[in-house]
Formats: sequence, C-alpha cells, structure tokens
Amino acid sequence: MTSRDEFQDLKAAMDAATPAPDAARRADVLARAQANFEATQGSPAAARQSSVSPDRRGFFRGAFDMLMTKTTGALTATTALVAVGVLFLSPQGQELLNGSAPLVQEPVTGTLTDDEIAADPEPLPALIAVEEALEAAPEADAPVLPALSPAPRGVAPDAPAQAPQYEGIALTGSAELDVSRGEADRELGSNGAALSEAPAPFSPEDGVSIFTNGDFGTLTLGDTDGGFETGISQFGAGNSATILAPGDRRIQRGVIADVASTPTPDTEEFANADDNPLRVVADDPVSTFSIDVDTASYALLRSSLNRGQLPAPEAVRIEEMVNYFPYDYPAPDADDVSPFRPTVEVFATPWNPDTQLVHIGIQGELPAIEDRPPLNLVFLVDTSGSMNEAAKLPLLIQSFRLMLDRLTPEDQVAIVTYAGSAGVALEPTAASDTATISAALTALQAGGSTNGVGGLQAAYDLAAEMTEDGEVSRVLLATDGDFNVGISDPTALEDYIAEQRETGIYLSVLGFGRGNLQDDTMQALAQNGNGTAAFIDTLHEAQRVLVDQLAGALFPIADDLKVQVEFNPEAIAEYRLIGYETRALAREDFANDAVDAGELGAGHSVTAIYEVTPVGSPAQLVAPLRYATDDGASETEFGDELGFISLRWKEPGEDDSTLIDFPIAATPSEPGTEAQFAAAIAGFGQLLRGNAFLGDWGYEEAIALANASRGEDEFGYRTEAIQLMRLAQSLTQ
Amino acid sequence: MRMNVSDEDLAEAAAGGDGTAFGLLLERCYDRLFALCFRLTGSRAEAEDLTQDICLALPGKLAGYQRRAKVTTWLYRVAVNAATDRRRRAASYVRATEGWGDWEVDRQATAVEASDGLDWLTRAMAGLTPTLRDTLALVLDDLTHAEVAQIMDVSEGTISWRVAEAKKKLRAMREEEEGI
Repeated sequence: MTSRDEFQDLKAAMDAATPAPDAARRADVLARAQANFEATQGSPAAARQSSVSPDRRGFFRGAFDMLMTKTTGALTATTALVAVGVLFLSPQGQELLNGSAPLVQEPVTGTLTDDEIAADPEPLPALIAVEEALEAAPEADAPVLPALSPAPRGVAPDAPAQAPQYEGIALTGSAELDVSRGEADRELGSNGAALSEAPAPFSPEDGVSIFTNGDFGTLTLGDTDGGFETGISQFGAGNSATILAPGDRRIQRGVIADVASTPTPDTEEFANADDNPLRVVADDPVSTFSIDVDTASYALLRSSLNRGQLPAPEAVRIEEMVNYFPYDYPAPDADDVSPFRPTVEVFATPWNPDTQLVHIGIQGELPAIEDRPPLNLVFLVDTSGSMNEAAKLPLLIQSFRLMLDRLTPEDQVAIVTYAGSAGVALEPTAASDTATISAALTALQAGGSTNGVGGLQAAYDLAAEMTEDGEVSRVLLATDGDFNVGISDPTALEDYIAEQRETGIYLSVLGFGRGNLQDDTMQALAQNGNGTAAFIDTLHEAQRVLVDQLAGALFPIADDLKVQVEFNPEAIAEYRLIGYETRALAREDFANDAVDAGELGAGHSVTAIYEVTPVGSPAQLVAPLRYATDDGASETEFGDELGFISLRWKEPGEDDSTLIDFPIAATPSEPGTEAQFAAAIAGFGQLLRGNAFLGDWGYEEAIALANASRGEDEFGYRTEAIQLMRLAQSLTQ
Repeated sequence: MRMNVSDEDLAEAAAGGDGTAFGLLLERCYDRLFALCFRLTGSRAEAEDLTQDICLALPGKLAGYQRRAKVTTWLYRVAVNAATDRRRRAASYVRATEGWGDWEVDRQATAVEASDGLDWLTRAMAGLTPTLRDTLALVLDDLTHAEVAQIMDVSEGTISWRVAEAKKKLRAMREEEEGI
C-alpha cells in the first residue's frame, strides 16, 4: 500500500490521460453484447423444451430452471449450448451469423434449406430455439444480426435476406450435435475446422467461403479464461518507416522492404524525405524522377488545416499538392507518338527574381469513355472496429455508391472485407446489378478487431478470376490505416504486391479518417502496386477521386513514366526539383525497364517544377570552383538550350519502354495561368514545409499569385486551395 | 431496486439467464472496463476495440464466473487476458505492441492534452515491459496487490516485486531526465 504513494504522480497523470469512452460506441457495444446474451440464453431454453419463452424469463425463473431441470439430456444440452453460445458470441461466430454480405448475394432457395433440414432432423429443436430467441430480442436485430430476421422455415425463395439465417443456424445445429456427444472444448474447435473444410451442407458460394479463409477453423471455443486466441497471424505494414535519405530509390521494387524496419511507433506515419537539395549542374547535371499522380497529401493537409492545425511538415508532399489540381495543358493529338503530351515553360520565379522556374506539364490523353475496356473492380474493405466512425465506413460506402453510377454494365464489381473474418462480401457481380451491390455495401459493418486473413490475397485472386482478355482489373483497398491484411512478414507484403503487379492487376489505396492513418504504407503499397493513393475526407473528395476523375483513377494510359532532365552547364549553374522527394530515381534507372515508376491515368495531368539558377545570376548559391576545368566543348552548339528532357514510358501491360526527348529552349516565356497556379501551389507547399529557398516570399504573395491565376476553376478546387492558404496564413501568425 | 444489488448478484443472475441483470452489469462496468483497457493499451482506438471484444464475448464467459471472486476481479482478469491475447496476436505488429509509444503522436494529432505530466507518463509507460505495464495498469486502478495477484494469477509477492521493479525503472528514468 505504501508503495502506491510513490505512484501518485503517475496515477494522476494516468487519470488525466484516460479518455472517456465514446458514447455511441458504448451504446452500440452494450446493445450488441445484450443481443449476444439473449442469443445464448434463448437456445438453452428451447432446447430443453421449456414452455417458457425467453422474453418472459426473469431472473428467478431462469435460475430455477438452471437448478431444477436435472435430466442428463438437459445437462449435456447445457454444455453444448454454451458452445453454441460461443458461436454467437465470439466475433467469429458473429461474423458467421451476420452472414457478412456474401450471403446476401445469391439467395438460397427454400428448397435447398428444407432439404438440408430434412436430411438432418436432430438440429431442429435448436433451430427453432434460435428463431425464438431472435424473435424475443427485437432490439438485437438491428445492430447485430441484420441478416437474421425472424422467419418461418421453408422460406420463400424471393427473400434473399433470409438465406443467411439458415446458414448460421444450420451450422449451429451441427456444432451442438458434436458437443452433445461429449467432446471437449478443444475438439469442438477442431470440429469447427473440419466443418469449415467440409462444405457439405451448405451451398459453397455462400457461407463456406468465409470459413475456409481460416478464421473459423482456428477458433478456440469454450475458452473460459478470457482467451481471444484466434491463431491468426496479423501483419502491420504500418511499422515500416519510409523516410529515406535523398537519393534512395524508393520506388524500386524491394528497396522499401530493406529500409522499412526503423521501429518508430507512430499512429500516423508519413512518407517523405528531406527537401531536394540544390544541385550544381557542373557536378550533377542529370535529374531523374518518376511521376506521381497521388493526391493523398493534399487531402490530408486540407483536413489538418480545416481542423485548425498546420500539417506536420513531413506530411506535405509538394508534387501531390500540385498534381491535385486539374490543369488545362494542351492534350496530345494524332501527331503525338506518346499517349501524353509534355509542355515545358520557363519563366521567372515568383519568389526569386534572379532564378527561373522550369515548369513541365504532362497531359495524358482521354480516350472516349465508350471505348474503354471493361473494368473489374475488387473493393477490399477494412471493416475493423476502428472504421466505425462517420468519416470512415459510412463515407466509404457512400463513396462507392457514387462510383457505381459511372460504371457500365460490362464492368464487374466484387467486395472483399478484412476484419473479424476475411471474406468475400460480394461475389463478382455485373455493375448494372445495382440492387445487389447496394445491398452488399449496406451490409458492411465495422466491428471486432482487425484480424483479417488473406484479405489481400482473396482480393487479388478474385480479381484474377474476373479478368478476361482486354479487361482492366484493379483492387481498391479502402482503410483507415490498419494494413494487417494477412501477410505476416513486413517485407512479404510489398513483395507480394509487386509480384501481383506483374499479373497486370492494379492496386489503388483509399485512406479514410484521421488518427491512425499509415500514409507511408499507403504510399508504398500504391507505388508498388502500380496504383494511386488518395485520402478521402469528405464526400466531395470522394466525388473528385471516384467520379470526376474516375477514368484517370482507373484506366492507366502509360505505365512506369519516368522523367529525366539534363541541364546545360553553359546556361544553368544550379537547379533543384521542387517536390518528388519520394520519387527520386537513380540516373541509371531511367533506362532500366525493370525499375518501377508511376502510372499516368487517362486524362490525368502531371506537373513537375524545377527552380534553376542561370549562369551568372546573383542568386547563385554555390561559388564556382577555382580549379574546375573548362573543356570548352560545344560552347556555341547548344548555347540556346537550357537543358534536355527525356521521357520514358511503357504502354499498359508492355514490358519494354519507349523514349521521347526534346531540348528545352533557354528563352523565358510569359507564363500561362496554369503554370502560374502550379507555381503558387508549389510555393504554398514549400511554406508549409518551412523551406528556406523562399526568402521573404510568404502566404500573402502565394495567395495573390494563386488568385491572379485561378483560371476557369470548373470544380472550385483552386478557390478551395486559396481558402486553405488563408487558413494556413492565419494559423502561422 | 436493482441499483442496490451487488455486482456479484447481478453476475450470478446473468449467469443464470437474466438478460436485464446482464445489461445492468455491463452498464455499470463498461466505463471502468474501458478505462482499464486504455491503461493496458495506451491508445484510445485500441481500447475501444478491446472493450468491444471483451463485452461481446462476455456472455459466453459468464459461465466461468464463480461467486467467490469479486466481479471486478473476474472482469479484470478477462480483460488482462484479452489484452495479452491481442498483443500476442499482433506480435508482428510493432505499432500495436508499442501502443504507449503511439500516444505521443496521437496526442500531437489531436492536440487536446498537452502537459509535461502527460509527456512523462508516455515515456514512462513506453519504457516498461508489457508485464510491468499491465501490472501498473491494475495497481493504478486502486486495487490491492492481493487483488492484482489474483487477477494476474501470480503470487502477491510477485506483484510486489513487479511494482518495486517498475518503481525502480521509473525512478531511474526520472533521474536520467532531471540529470540532463
């Protein structure tokens, strides 16, 4: 006791730190626990053939029954029913009963169910009992057992939602049977495993596919000491740290895995590296990087600013901010060999009169929507308990609904969930069948711990199954940050995704909700999986990512697009690339087709900006070397060139890259509004990162520049950006 | 009238099939359980998930409740076991095992609490082994060493030793900090 006195400080701090439980969550958990309780209690009563229906049972009557009903049959039944109860109570059991959504998908006909029941008459009492219990617990129906509406046996075939009821209950019956033969708890566990492997009584498209994913088989039933062991290996790629030294080839397959072991535990982790340093052309004339069409960073900083906080500097990736906005760059025409057109503009730097910006805009072609190949989409949805927030699962479901309208009847959609059980929530379904898809989306529920097994494999397998010649397949991973999708080795996940990339299946990552976001993992996964990472904080953003830019988000027109710029030392003394820190490539990787890079989607545009210091400019930061040799070569030949730009890309699905290159003229031009706006955003990003190159140039100047170059701004994105700049300005004051 | 009934009576009634008693019991215990889960995990989201896991599985575990134990003792035991299981399950999951380490970043993100005491708490908890941390979580809940011993299923002496050990570590940490 005396010992506790010394803990007073600690205890006081601990008390202060302990948050109050979330009220909504609390109510939900209590209701679900109560429902679980009713479900357990209901079964024993009926199995003992009691005439008292569960709803009228009071405490004394219940205790009386327990003590007085002493037939051996009833006693064994009691044991059995505890086990049955566990089926109801354990998260796994719940998943079974919830019937996650796959059950909704293909209605089981009444005939099938009747056959099943007829073939095995013994479980019948339990079946009736459970039905009674369900009727007796009306409040339980809504939150816990959405699919378990009470219904008479021999359900009409036109009631698809009732199918799961028979799955769950038939299973319950079998489980009871096993235990009533006197088997021990653990044997019931293995029995469950056997059950899961023997699809016999069920239609294989329904519940069984869930069980075989492994959760159920390893469930330890009847463990009374609080064991929640499920024997499922979990994996969190969240622990990978991806802050790399400049020059690391982050994009190269496998490299991330090697450096991803710094054990800095963070709840939110951001991928970024130090600012690209100033480079001296004489020493290092070549700059190579991969394009980046992700936009997650911008959405993240928007959500931070809207909460009244400046984003963490490492959360700001300037290229993602710049690329968030659509630009009106010239589109490729019939003369272009590439599916995109690069435009280069050179103009005076807004924040430094003595330097210039080299603005490279790449506009992808937008093939006619009607010509697009059929699309196979697999939504891989994180339904762990932490997704149970308004800005997470519900937003996700709404977002996907928005997207459905844009799909054509040839497209196919499937849903895989990972949490509690990893399972197929919707078998491949034609996108025109909106009723089925919508029902499956509605049935998605967050709950339980994230212990998904093989969610990712299941998604990829399904996507592979759906793919036919000439179709585009993509896995859309939606999560709030728990990437423990079933591969237990941190390096294995990225390797796995990189391997799947070879099969032509793309991966996109959609982040939802704040507080637990593993931004770096999202980045790494999307980059490895030939995809994009986007952060969805509002329905508005969902509209932008999934509807307005659907084509770009889902249909790549150029794979592994790399950019290399060689600066002419006669014209340029120094340069630095603004942003793209995480996308830097080694010079030799440019022509190496084995090295992965970013994908350009249909209609997407990509912007890269260099700040260059012309030779002889007073802004030159690095003094020339005294003993540098002047080889005197080509002094006149290339004098009017600022540099030489090369682009390499692969046609989607091809292995060999194509090259285009052209010189950059040294004469500065009058910048268009598009380039000016991009420069303003680049400046904004550098302000947020606390970049030293800006001098006195501040938010005011950035706002003025962005305002002056707002352009048409069809969707209002630029207006919003200017508001964010104002917000950031007042937050820094 | 039920408000006067002891937790133990409620638990027994619930084990006997009384749904109202079960609901009442859970209603009473939820907040304490959540607070303990928070102390065990050090992260709010983890605590919410863990509490949910425990509550949903509780009806099945009621069978294991025996009158001779206090309900809180029994419940805490369930919670500590569940937390251990969860941690074990997440063994390859550095982020989860280092829950207390998350706190610092989480704190910055929410920017709600910001005091030196909290910083110290975070560092202090992060510096302890999971066993010591669990022990502390219980001891700080105003339980006696004997009760903690019962919950963790070890002897009272072991708990006292653990507490002494934790204190030693904390003192060392504090000295180190003040020394610098």
